[in-house]
Amino acid sequence: MSGLELLVEVLSWGFILSGSAFLLIGAFGVLRFPDFWSRLHAVSVMDSAGVILLLIGMAIQAGPTLIAVKLIIIGIFLFITGPTATHAVANAAFVSGLRPKEGEGLKSIIDAPAPQPEAKKQAVEAS
Amino acid sequence: MRTIGIALVLFALWLLMSGVYKPLTIGFGVASVLLVVFVMRRMDGVDQDRPEIHLNPLGVFGYLVWLLVEIARANWAVTKVILSPAMPIRQHLFPVTYSQKSDVGQVIFANSITLTPGTITVEIEPKHFFVHALSFAPHDLVALADMDARVRATENGLA
Repeated sequence: MSGLELLVEVLSWGFILSGSAFLLIGAFGVLRFPDFWSRLHAVSVMDSAGVILLLIGMAIQAGPTLIAVKLIIIGIFLFITGPTATHAVANAAFVSGLRPKEGEGLKSIIDAPAPQPEAKKQAVEAS
Repeated sequence: MRTIGIALVLFALWLLMSGVYKPLTIGFGVASVLLVVFVMRRMDGVDQDRPEIHLNPLGVFGYLVWLLVEIARANWAVTKVILSPAMPIRQHLFPVTYSQKSDVGQVIFANSITLTPGTITVEIEPKHFFVHALSFAPHDLVALADMDARVRATENGLA
């Protein structure tokens, strides 16, 4: 095995292993965090660091081929759709009235009471 | 002009994705590109909604590099929160004003916030986003204002 091949192997496996480590850390965070909002942040570790590092590692393994191009295209799509999907989930929770538990000494800026899905449903049924 | 550009981009994408360069497959590619362009032209008659992109390409590239560094740093911060035994969570939901004029600029800013671990854009209001932070520190507001200014700087042609 020539020096260059060795370098490629070491680099790509370094990226793949560190990406996998971030995926494991993210999964650990999802299990460990106390509520919905904090778990969302654990997931975002997985779909930013984990995915980017894994894709870079696989692209280095593939070398300058069409497969690497496809991996880069996958990366670009995930870069745009990942945060959009996270926002959609967070926004759905926010709209349906779920509020994060504010940290110590922090006041929620949103004073308006959360809409009550139950009350709304009853109002719709009554009318 | 625009139609030809779209057709070329779609066909380039087909060539990159297929990797099989026989007359039959390339013919299928040409046929599907023509079909897609035809459908798009017909749909243009229904809605005239065209996203206008006022971005400075070089600026966007520089911003992407900066964003990747920020993502790496934020990832490390959240990783430390996950792995530390005390788990120092300090959740906060706060407004962040945005100064981008174009829709695309606002989307880039909102998605950048969500993409950096530790902050999520939750709701979009006319003048500001509601952002949820995992472990809020007053410094976050400064960092987000900095990101806002950087995204604003990539826009051009808008007063």
